[in-house]
Amino acid sequence: MSVVADLLVVAGAFLMLLAGLGVLRLPDVLARLQAGTKAASLALACVFAGTATLEPSIGAVVKLALAMLFVFATAPVAGHVIGRAAVQAGVPLWKDTWVDVSPLEFTEEQDGGGPG
Amino acid sequence: MSAVDLALVMLAAGFVAALVRIAIGPTVADRAVAADVCFYAVVAALALLSARLRTAALLDVVLIATTLGFVATISLARLVRRKK
Repeated sequence: MSVVADLLVVAGAFLMLLAGLGVLRLPDVLARLQAGTKAASLALACVFAGTATLEPSIGAVVKLALAMLFVFATAPVAGHVIGRAAVQAGVPLWKDTWVDVSPLEFTEEQDGGGPG
Repeated sequence: MSAVDLALVMLAAGFVAALVRIAIGPTVADRAVAADVCFYAVVAALALLSARLRTAALLDVVLIATTLGFVATISLARLVRRKK
């Protein structure tokens, strides 16, 4: 059991390290966004599962499972909102990045001034 | 050095990498993405510290932080969109 917990915790931390390196090294904001959002939420899932295995009390497991649920529900939405805002704000992109024009046509007036 | 200590060091390394991206930018959107990663690294470190220090109260902090962090990211996205 302890080996499983250690493996999960180290794998999660390694994924978070990869997310940080991806945000640092990738060429433009959309590439950085996908490194930051996907790798970081998988890293959190691994770390939470590892922590729950380390401390298998009912309260800890329920809290960590809830936190994991929140992260899986909100991280993709947050990443999408930032990416859409970046494209709409006209952030300069890398030469090989291809953007579908439809989000560019989705202007503030049509959007109703929502939080994205 | 236990596995949890090693994991905390790796989380710190990821945090520092994202922090460098916040420092060099170049746009607000890059900083928002990097701040998001920094936040996730801190949440993961909190969960690990609750196991390392045997402090169950830190798990409540993790639970609240995951919900509050989403609101923070949404407000950062507003900032990204306003600044050309």
